[in-house]
Order: sequence, then structure tokens, then C-alpha cells
Amino acid sequence: ERAYLFRIIIFINNEWHNSVSGKKFPVFNPATEEKICEVEEGDKEDIDKAVKAARQAFQIGSPWRTMNASERGRLIYKLADLIERDRLLLATMESINGGKLFSNSYTLDLGGCVATLRYCAGGLTRYMAAQYPLVNGNFFGYTRHEPIGVCGQIIPWNFPLFMFIWKIGPALCCGNTVVVKPAEQTPLTALHVASLIQEAGFPPGVVNIVPGYGPTAGAAISSHMDIDKVAFTGSTEVGKMIKEAAGKSNLKRVTLELGGKSPFIVFADSDLDSAVEVAHQALFYHQGQCCIAASRLFVEESIYDEFVRRSVERAKKYVLGNPLTPGVSQGPQIDKKQYEKILDLIESGKKEGAKLECGGGPWGNKGFFIQPTVFSNVTDEMRIAKEEIFGPVQQIMKFKSLDDVIKRANNTHYGLAAGIFTKDIDKAITVSSALQAGTVWVNCYSVVSPQCPFGGFKMSGNGRELGEYGLQEYTEVKMVTMKISQKNS
Amino acid sequence: MSRGRGRRSGRSRLPVKQGPQILRIFINNEWHESKSGKKFATYNPSTLEKICEVEEGDKLDVDKAVEAAHAAFQRGSPWRRLDALGRGWLLHQLADLVERDRAILATLETMDTGKPFLHAFFIDLEGCIKTLRYFAGWADKIQGRTIPTDDNVVCFTRHEPIGVCGAITPWNFPLLMLVWKLAPALCCGNTIVVKPAEQTPLTALYLGSLIKEVGFPPGVVNIVPGFGPTVGAAISSHPHISKIAFTGSTEVGKLVKEAASRSNLKRVTLELGGKNPCIVCADADLDLAVECAHQGVFFNQGQCCTAASRVFVEEQIYPEFVRRSVEYAKKRPIGDPFDIRTEQGPQIDQKQFDKILDLIESGKKEGAKLECGGSAMEDRGLFIKPTVFSEVTDTMRIAKEEIFGPVQPILKFKNIEEVIKRANSLEYGLTAAVFTKNLDKALKLASALESGTVWINCYNAIYAQAPFGGFKMSGNGREL
Repeated sequence: ERAYLFRIIIFINNEWHNSVSGKKFPVFNPATEEKICEVEEGDKEDIDKAVKAARQAFQIGSPWRTMNASERGRLIYKLADLIERDRLLLATMESINGGKLFSNSYTLDLGGCVATLRYCAGGLTRYMAAQYPLVNGNFFGYTRHEPIGVCGQIIPWNFPLFMFIWKIGPALCCGNTVVVKPAEQTPLTALHVASLIQEAGFPPGVVNIVPGYGPTAGAAISSHMDIDKVAFTGSTEVGKMIKEAAGKSNLKRVTLELGGKSPFIVFADSDLDSAVEVAHQALFYHQGQCCIAASRLFVEESIYDEFVRRSVERAKKYVLGNPLTPGVSQGPQIDKKQYEKILDLIESGKKEGAKLECGGGPWGNKGFFIQPTVFSNVTDEMRIAKEEIFGPVQQIMKFKSLDDVIKRANNTHYGLAAGIFTKDIDKAITVSSALQAGTVWVNCYSVVSPQCPFGGFKMSGNGRELGEYGLQEYTEVKMVTMKISQKNS
Repeated sequence: MSRGRGRRSGRSRLPVKQGPQILRIFINNEWHESKSGKKFATYNPSTLEKICEVEEGDKLDVDKAVEAAHAAFQRGSPWRRLDALGRGWLLHQLADLVERDRAILATLETMDTGKPFLHAFFIDLEGCIKTLRYFAGWADKIQGRTIPTDDNVVCFTRHEPIGVCGAITPWNFPLLMLVWKLAPALCCGNTIVVKPAEQTPLTALYLGSLIKEVGFPPGVVNIVPGFGPTVGAAISSHPHISKIAFTGSTEVGKLVKEAASRSNLKRVTLELGGKNPCIVCADADLDLAVECAHQGVFFNQGQCCTAASRVFVEEQIYPEFVRRSVEYAKKRPIGDPFDIRTEQGPQIDQKQFDKILDLIESGKKEGAKLECGGSAMEDRGLFIKPTVFSEVTDTMRIAKEEIFGPVQPILKFKNIEEVIKRANSLEYGLTAAVFTKNLDKALKLASALESGTVWINCYNAIYAQAPFGGFKMSGNGREL
């Protein structure tokens, strides 16, 4: 038996399976463009197998359904402990496969995974406590917060392990079983965690992982007649297809975390140094590959020039290179497709008349690296002001009045997040109430914590993840009403 | 994100080395001698031998502890600035350490209380671990709300910790009752000063050493062993304690509430006595009812606030119920708590022992029928034979007063309305149990009984997730 450092095959019923078709697909290191390994490629038949296992594990009377809620919590805690144990291995894998800076992988991605699991594990019995609605008439009624059932979950490549935990944590907390398709670019960390799930002692079939592509495995999930809910994080374009397929098949419940073109508004009374730095991180973190990337930076007229000057200075400070190397502060984009799309948008910026302040092209002769790029004098109709770039490209725009900037910030189909920098309490409250965004950060950005609900307005998504609201999305409410001979208050 | 920086002890440290150090007052994560220099002894009720001596706290020691707890609660302190998730994580690690030292704690508890070792290990310690873990998970879910008021205002609630809390814990489930107080208090961000019962201070002090090992900031938990009239009274009337939680007798509970009012109106929660009705309808599963009623009254030597000490049995099945209950009672193995066959150990001390025997005598005098037991075990110290009385009527002392011993009074009833009235006729109201297969009867009795908990076809089903506490004079407020 070969010992694998990485797991590279399909995980169903706590066992390891080859793909039904026999096919495999390659997984790459975006910093070197080299192939890391090949992974079993799941398709419809593998999804069917996984769903069968998940359905079985969900039957009334099964170990998972009859388990005490507190014991479910224990298993999730155990998984958190095991991930913490293998933190170094997972962070390294994530860095190599995802092009992510190792320091970020280790502290933020892995730290976030552990905290999220512990939040979910602790939330169980409090959240599952349902209510006792006061029914009219001689009846005794109560609600049950039941798990929905078999949940299909499609994970993105920008935070592969972290997003995987955001999906399975709440789902398992509420008693569901899951069939997960990690992104085809980045399946490795999820597969390692599968072995930890086995080690922690989750019953077989509770978690199943089928690596593969969107049009095959992903589509099979969205239109499966025996999956009760699909949760997807990815582009708005694909999100629409998933919701369509869900409607066309069996009306499975849908939650979506999609793209954004998040506004970051800096008022003249802000702490300028802080605003520049936070706005910078808010865009450039992880090479701009965040759904919450602050890719429309609105700066009040009177401080505009100074703000641009400082932002350019900051953007020039990057050291590009292999994300495992200490001292490197920017890694590669995930793959060729993203790389080309970003370069195309940069060209459009130049063509449509934005002022290129720094960067503006590729870097190095190997790997998908792009220079940190800043555009100023950007106007609202330019492509770079409207389309999600998902790359290290910062747009700085000017505004005059509060009402004006609110209108412009909201003038988009997106609505994921927003940032406001001001010292004035009234401005902070007025603007945060007015912005059509699922999360609004004031004098900070990217503060994400498992207790807080996260999700988008408008076409940035449907539903919320994490917090109590997130747990509700993995719950189906049943109302039980019993006849009694006489009701007393 | 700052999380509690507790140490996960993977190594097995031999806590035995802590020995004499922990028989002292625990303040600011340090072990102190009493200001007065006094000590008191703690005994093993099974052998009547002294186990050891413990530093005896008094008012001055309480003052010191409160000062430490107050400092630990200041705005900007490590405890106040800790992320809620971090507080939860410390509690979770404490649960891990309790689990690690489970056998030691169960042994100490058995020596100090006389309860059977297997009960201490599988019930008391299990409850401790689960309760700590439940509250560990709760810490970062204590949320306020935003409220849409009139006018141009933003309104939201904060759920803040109260402050320095005093806790006075009883001797019947020393460690478990301490965890019931500690876990929710710490979960919500309070600091605490605990007085464990003078009969049973040992497991509380051991827990102090684990609290230090986990890495709770100094002053968050403080433990002052001592007596009620000194330490207990000092806590109840302390001007800088913001809340007091007490588990014990109704008589002392009243004194605590009085002192709290007279001093600084500190918030008060009380878990007091009970005279809990156990109602067995004719259509019940008889075997189940007999067994539950039996365990319900005899568990922990009858020393439970939840003891099923008024068993109401429907007329038609009365003689058979009594017969089977007597059979059970006669078989109950009494003996050395460390013997795995033992189900019943000694009563906690001479005072309780005398009180129980006095009530047994009253039963005989007032005309109840003694079915079995009825006296102490000859030459066996504080052991009392499992005792069953039948033909008990509502006016007898054994039907009205809390016995807290291995005595089961069985009463007869004719119909539901009558038993509801009789069950509700006392000033107590802690728990009640109903045995019936009929859905409507079950739901009706559940609404009608004036008790904080009603068990249907089960007994002593107590969980960290479910609120527990008394109606009327069985208590104020809820725990868990």
C-alpha cells in the first residue's frame, strides 16, 4: 500500500474510491505552472454514488440521525483539533496549490478554519432549541429544527480549505449530510481533511467529497433529484446557472455566495494613513482574488490627490515570487484563464482613458504573476469600474457629496460588502444604513468572524453563511401540533 | 483574533504532587492561608475518619477574594478584553482537564461525600464535563439585538456580564453543583467567588488547580472554603458582590435573599428544597414507574433536591405498586462506596442522619405503615436502611417535610383533579414526575403541575441544555 502525503481520490462513505469513468485530472502549482499530481475525476456517476451514501447516512434511525446533538458537537470539535494538529501540512498544501502566501495560509486560512469549526460545534444545542408557538385553540404545538437532508456544496478556489469549512461546519452542525465538490484547481486540502473526518469518527456517508469539474460534477449536483439543498460559492454567472438548475430539477434550496464590486468610501475626515493601508489590503489581499475585494475606491475630492499618491507608493512595495518563500508579499493568480481575464481588463482600463499609475502588466517568465496595478481618474462607465476583476488592480475614483457617493456605490447589480472610512458618527451610521451591501465595515475591512452572518444583497448572493442566520439556512422547520382537551396559559 | 491562551496539557502531569498546597484558599490563582490562621477538618462519612484539614476562610478572606475578582473584572483587564470565543475555549480546555483527571476527582468526591464511586464517575463527572462543554460553546452566542425604535436613533442591546458573582454550593453534588454555577458565570464573562460546602471542599479546591493550569486569568475564579454563618454570610452581604447564587435548603435560602436585599440589592438566584410529587396513573408501564420512582427517591442516599418524596399512586394499582417498590427497596445494596456493587452509601453527617431518623419515627408515630427499613444499619455509622412507608396521608410530617434521606412515602389517589390539587398543595415546586401512557393525561398534568420541571415517563432527566429551577419556595430563577 502506497502511503500518500496528499490524498488524491474520491471520498465516499469514509472510503477511498477511484472514479467510475477511470479518468483523472491534473492539479497545478500556479507559481511554477508545474503539475503537482493527478486526482481522480468525478462525474455524474460518482455524484450519484455519493448522494446514495449521504442519503443512507441521513435515514431516520441512522447513527448520524440518532446521535445526541452534543455528540455531533464533540465530533466537530475533534475535527477542529485534528486540523490544528495538521496545520502546517495543510497550510503548506494550500500555499502550493492555491498560490497563497504561506504566512496567510497558516495564520488566517487555517486559524479561520479552526475558529469556524469551534463556533459551529458550540452552537449546536443552543441553536437547535426550537420554539413553542402559542397555537390558537386547544392545541399544544412546538417546532422542530430539523436538518434539511443531503446538501450539495460547491467550493471555490480562492480560499479552498476555509470555504470548505464554511460549508461543512454549519451543515454538519445542523445534522445534514454532505456531498462536496471542491474547485478543480484546488482539491487537495479538502481531500486531506476527508481523512481527518474519518479519523475523528464521523459515521460513513456523512461527508463525501467528489473532485471534478463544474460542467460535469457541479452540474450533476445542481440538478440532482435526490439532493435537498445546494450551496455554491463562485461567480455570479455560474451562480445563476445553479439556481436555474435547482428550480428545473426538484426545487432544492439554494444559497449562493457570488461576486462583488465592493465600494470603499473614504471621507476627508478619515485617518488618512489608516485609510490608505486598509483600502490597499482590502483590494490586494490574496492577489485581489476575494469576493469582497474593495475594487471601487471612492475618495472625497479634497484628499484625492494625496490618497492616490500614497496608494501608489504602497502598491509599489510588493515582492513577487513563490508564496512559500519568506519575504515574498505577492503570489501568482490561480490559473491562465484568470490571468488572461485580468490582463484584458487592465488593457481596457488603459484604452478607456483611466490613468495608469503603476504596474499594468505581467511579471516574471514563469507562473501567473501580474504586477500590482493602480488606476486613478477612473469613471463609473469604464469596464474596470463595473466588472469584477479578481486581480491585483485598484481603481481610485473621486466623489464630491455624500448623497452622490451613496448613489454611485449602490449603482451596481452586486452588493456583497462595503467599507466606510470616517471619524464622524453620523456619517458612519447614515452611510452604513444606506449602502446595499450584506456587510458594511466602518474604519476597517475584511473583518470576518464565524459569529457574524455573511452574504450578499442583490446579485452578490442569496442567503447568509455563518452566525445564527447561517445555521438557519441549513435547517428545515417542522411545526408539530397536538390536540389537547384544554389549554391553559 | 485573540483566543484564550490556555495550555492543552498533552503530558500526564501527576496532580498528586499538588497535595497539601491545594488545601488552602484559592485567590488570584494562588494558594493562601486563612487570615485567622484557623483550619477545619473534612471527614469521610463512610469511615467516619478525618480525611485532612483545610484552611478555614472568614470575612477577611472573602474580602480579599472579592478584591481580586473585582480587579479581574475591570474594563481593560485581560478577562474583559478576551474574545468571547476565547472564554469559551478556556472552558472547553477546563472540560478536557476534568476529563483527564476524572478518576481522581471521582475518588475525592466519593471520599468526601460517601456517594458510590461509580455514580461519582459516571454521573457527577459526566455532568461536569458536559456542562462545561455546553457553556463553552455558548460563550460567543450571547447576542444582543438591534431594535427599531421611533425617531432618528440607533438602538441596540448589549448583554453584559453582571460583575463579581458569589456562589455558595451544597454538599450533595459538590463538584457538579460548582460547575453549574461556574460554567454559566464564566461563559458570560463574570468573575466569581465560591464557597464550597464545609462538609465537601476537596473537589472544588482541586478544580481550582485545574483552573490555574488551563490559564484563566488570575482573579477570575476564587475559592474560599469555610462555614455558612461566616463565609456564606460575608458573601451574601458583601457590598461589592453583584450577584449571589445559592443551592441549599429553603431555610438558608431565605436568609441569603434577606441579606442580599439589606446590603446592596445584589441579584439572587436560589435552588432550594423540594417535596417532589411522582404521580403514577393506573395506565402507566408499571415496571418503569416502580423503577423510576425507586431511583427517584433513593438515588444519592435520598440526598437530592429532586427526590421523589411523595409518590402518588392511583388506587387500582396501589397494592401492586407498593409490593414491587418494597421488593426493590429490600434489594438495594448498601455498603462501601468504593465497592462497585454498592448503590447506597452513608448519609453525609450526623446532623442529617439524626434528622432523617427523627422523620422516620414521626412516620411510625403518625400512623403510616412501615413496609421495610425504618432504622439505621446496626454498627455502621451513618448508614440508614432503605425505608418504605405506605398508607401515607397528606398531613403526616413525612408527606410535608423534605427528608433528604432514603425514605419513600407512598400515597393513594382516586382521580386526576384530586392529585393535581394535592401535588400542588405545598410551598415547594421543584420537580414533578408523571407516569402514564395516555397522551392527553400527560399533557394535562404537564401544564397543571406547579413545578419547574415535569418529567413524563422518566426521572432525573437533567441536561445542560434544559433550564432547571423551582416554582414557589423551591427557588428563584433557573440554572442551565
